[in-house]
Amino acid sequence: MNSFELAARLRTVLPSNSVLHDTEDLKPYECDGLSAYRQLPMIVALPQTEEEVVEVLRICHASKTPVVARGAGTGLSGGALPHPKGVLLSLAKLKRILKIDPFARTAQVQPGVRNLAISEAAAPYGLYYAPDPSSQIACSIGGNVAENSGGVHCLKYGLTVHNILKLRVITIDGEILEVGGEGLDAPGYDLLALMTGSEGMLGVVTEVTVKLTPRPEKAQVVMAAFNDIRKAGNAVANVIAAGIIPAGMEMMDKITTQAVEEYVHAGYNLDAAAILLCESDGTTEEVAEEIERIGAIMNRSGATEIKASRDEAERLRFWAGRKAAFPAAGRVSPDYYCMDGTIPRKRLADVLSGIEALSSKYGLRCMNVFHAGDGNLHPLILYDANRPGELALAEEFGAQILQMCIKAGGTITGEHGVGIEKIDQMCSQFEASELEIFHAIKAAFDPEELLNPGKAVPALRRCAEHGAMHVHRGEEKFPELPRF
Amino acid sequence: MQYLIDQFADAIRMAAGRNAALHIRGGGTKDFYGNRMIKCGKPASVTHGSHDESEVNILDVASYAGVVDYEPTELVITACSGTRLADLEAELFKHGQMLAFEPPRFGSGATLGGCIATGLSGPRRASAGAARDFVLGVRMLDGKGDDLSFGGQVMKNVAGYDVSRLMTGSMGTLGVLLEVSLKVLPTPATELTLRFRMREAEAIEAMNKWAGKPLPISATCFCDGELTVRLSGAQPAVRAAHARLGGDEITGGGAFWESIREQTHLFFQGEKGGREDKGHNGDKGDKGDKETKGNTPNKDLWRLSIKSTTSPLVLPGKQLIEWGGALRWLIIDAADTDAEAVRSAVRQAASDAGGHAMLFRSDGPRTDVFHPLAPAMMKISRHLKEKFDPKGIFNPGRMYPQI
Ligand SMILES: Cc1cc2nc3c(=O)[nH]c(=O)nc-3n(C[C@H](O)[C@H](O)[C@H](O)COP(=O)(O)OP(=O)(O)OC[C@H]3O[C@@H](n4cnc5c(N)ncnc54)[C@H](O)[C@@H]3O)c2cc1C
Ligand SMILES: Cc1cc2nc3c(=O)[nH]c(=O)nc-3n(C[C@H](O)[C@H](O)[C@H](O)COP(=O)(O)OP(=O)(O)OC[C@H]3O[C@@H](n4cnc5c(N)ncnc54)[C@H](O)[C@@H]3O)c2cc1C
Repeated sequence: MNSFELAARLRTVLPSNSVLHDTEDLKPYECDGLSAYRQLPMIVALPQTEEEVVEVLRICHASKTPVVARGAGTGLSGGALPHPKGVLLSLAKLKRILKIDPFARTAQVQPGVRNLAISEAAAPYGLYYAPDPSSQIACSIGGNVAENSGGVHCLKYGLTVHNILKLRVITIDGEILEVGGEGLDAPGYDLLALMTGSEGMLGVVTEVTVKLTPRPEKAQVVMAAFNDIRKAGNAVANVIAAGIIPAGMEMMDKITTQAVEEYVHAGYNLDAAAILLCESDGTTEEVAEEIERIGAIMNRSGATEIKASRDEAERLRFWAGRKAAFPAAGRVSPDYYCMDGTIPRKRLADVLSGIEALSSKYGLRCMNVFHAGDGNLHPLILYDANRPGELALAEEFGAQILQMCIKAGGTITGEHGVGIEKIDQMCSQFEASELEIFHAIKAAFDPEELLNPGKAVPALRRCAEHGAMHVHRGEEKFPELPRF
Repeated sequence: MQYLIDQFADAIRMAAGRNAALHIRGGGTKDFYGNRMIKCGKPASVTHGSHDESEVNILDVASYAGVVDYEPTELVITACSGTRLADLEAELFKHGQMLAFEPPRFGSGATLGGCIATGLSGPRRASAGAARDFVLGVRMLDGKGDDLSFGGQVMKNVAGYDVSRLMTGSMGTLGVLLEVSLKVLPTPATELTLRFRMREAEAIEAMNKWAGKPLPISATCFCDGELTVRLSGAQPAVRAAHARLGGDEITGGGAFWESIREQTHLFFQGEKGGREDKGHNGDKGDKGDKETKGNTPNKDLWRLSIKSTTSPLVLPGKQLIEWGGALRWLIIDAADTDAEAVRSAVRQAASDAGGHAMLFRSDGPRTDVFHPLAPAMMKISRHLKEKFDPKGIFNPGRMYPQI
């Protein structure tokens, strides 16, 4: 079916203005938050109801047309990058909050609802939706489910997978799956977990029931400065060893604090090699005790300066710097490339010195912000896309960082997903037999590979071509495949 | 210990070659749980070709035991699936840490593999999360005998589909777990148990109302007109919460929660009274296994996992409520009731309350223990089973006859 026929067919189930076909209308959908990759879709479909989603998928299935779901397009791995011969299925119009049940502490929402909108709707009841990605004003809950997004508070409050109860999912053949339930578990295989983080490869989420958490009575943050990144890393371990699970624990290196300080005036110590923000929340009594203990641990761990926020305004100011890391990167450099590896925390110092070495090798600066509590690194590689070759260098630099994360016993992505960006690194992280299981899972839902084809899991052939393969127990991977 | 893995893989390949069933066995402590197993390989509905109907092989994984890696400050422990839960928990305890989902052991032989394969969680579940919430990674053998690793030892990992959590609660029907990495948490500095006299409806109301407030409640249990509540956390927080909630502090709180977790509480024995088993002590030793195994004969124990705010369920038998109202245990005299009528009434009540019902213990036929799946969900589940275990050798029928 050509694109005109397909558009006409889609217009039989959607209002005419919900099917976009002209190049200028398609343009806003050509990329997600990873703008280095751009591709126009053939058609954009904007259903407004679940029934319309079902109809669109049925048409695509019958005509063997690839479908890429899209929430708010803030993804950082190219997960929502359109397919040139496919339909981009935007869920943005499904943006109703269907129900807030304060007594059961749940919210039932459509996939296009913004993450922060849920917390805003729950606020009158003293409740909120705990996972708080930095993109929360913009990103959609459907995208959060597809990426299993986290936030700065996830060491204590969990990721998306820990905070959802139930999904409605439409499979590529238009069948409706009710996954999970209103209780705390569901019968059969845990498809709720399998769907979470599946990057739009298994089905389209049309409804999400999330858990709401009571807003803590009080939150307070300790800011500690260190003259050595190793000491800061040890301080994190010492906090955990003392039996404290902070509500948030974030680290920034010197180049980051300098970049953000200029921008938000958070009062950071600019000589410090690393700044640690460690938050406590809970009842007033609990927080008072914990903050005192955290301060003492920072002191023992060799902090050169320790400040506890004195009031809510100061707490927000301390956090403002951390939250401004991305925009600050955008201010100090024309472009930046955000990485997302996770490592066991004890390897932090090694990995950071490795990144420093790569930074001089590639001649590109790198800012490090770090979800220190759970080992999730976000190196921001600064580059200028207008300088020929710099993007390629930045990408190579990034790929090297991810290899380092794998070697350190970590992973290539903590929360941003594989998408199209890290597809080659998947070949390094997994064995052929493991990738085969991923393909088998995909085939259990979508045997014709129409949903988001080419993303998240590399074809075995691609891994052979990519070359940077993982040699495991001395064996070469895919010996049966030709080398290039 | 690679030789053990090679042995398991050989056993898998051999079973697959002959379409023979392989019953994965950890400690055998949860034999009571799940469907009685079918003795052949591929379930009849999906089988092609012939197989030996009488052949059942037991794959005993208890020998593959031991802690692989444990770094308390990383909050992660990795252990072999045959490791006894008691050993694992003792190791964590030494470092002031715990498995926060409080897995029931149901006997001293319980293994990590069995704990993850059944996916069961104890009293702390409503506040801390379930077994699946703490699983970070697994190493496993699939139906081809391939040695596979998914997830890892880090807190956040979204590379590839979440196979580790899919394995959790899959009753050993998708593969043999070799190693599991779990997130662990510090044990609370203080715990305090309070008791309130209340009617059932009041208790459900109170549990849900309190759960909506920032209170350090870590477990709840309602039985026989008494609501028992555990508070956990820093001393000042626990004290302040006690002052706010009121209630009588009870001694022996630890033993009470242990009796709920291990189902040694009199309620689970199907006897009148339903007060905690005072004589019980936490560490049962080997002889404890028999005592903890199930209720008195001819009692069926149902587990209903439903929306927490559901009003008292009107069903025959006696109930005990946990998880802030989200878990309702129902014990029914199986002998003098119409089993079919009870079964459908229980299932209906659970479905109506947004959840599901499972026949947790029974001396009856135990053929459809788990709540039926919607056809679309069963279709996907069967596809998954066929991919992981093409010859249908792993625990056939233990979960559903079709998988
Ligand atoms: C400044 C900035 C800060 C960020 N900070 C964080 C952070 O702190 N933590 C974090 O985890 N992420 C962060 N992100 C990444 C991003 O915001 C998250 O991945 C977010 O969940 C994506 O949501 P989205 O609605 O924009 O999804 P999109 O980008 O539109 O899509 C992401 C993926 O989800 C799929 N998808 C979308 N909706 C559906 C649906 N309804 N059904 C099925 N599949 C669907 C798409 O196909 C795609 O594969 C950040 C991004 C930016 C730009
Ligand atoms: C002597 C004896 C003979 C038996 N004979 C039969 C028989 O002929 N037919 C029959 O149907 N049953 C039989 N059973 C029961 C059967 O062995 C168990 O129900 C089943 O193997 C579950 O193991 P478990 O309860 O020991 O594991 P538990 O440790 O209690 O585990 C419970 C569940 O987890 C699974 N599991 C445990 N470890 C792993 C792992 N590492 N990877 C994946 N899954 C795992 C188990 O298969 C089971 O589903 C017998 C039991 C015994 C003690």
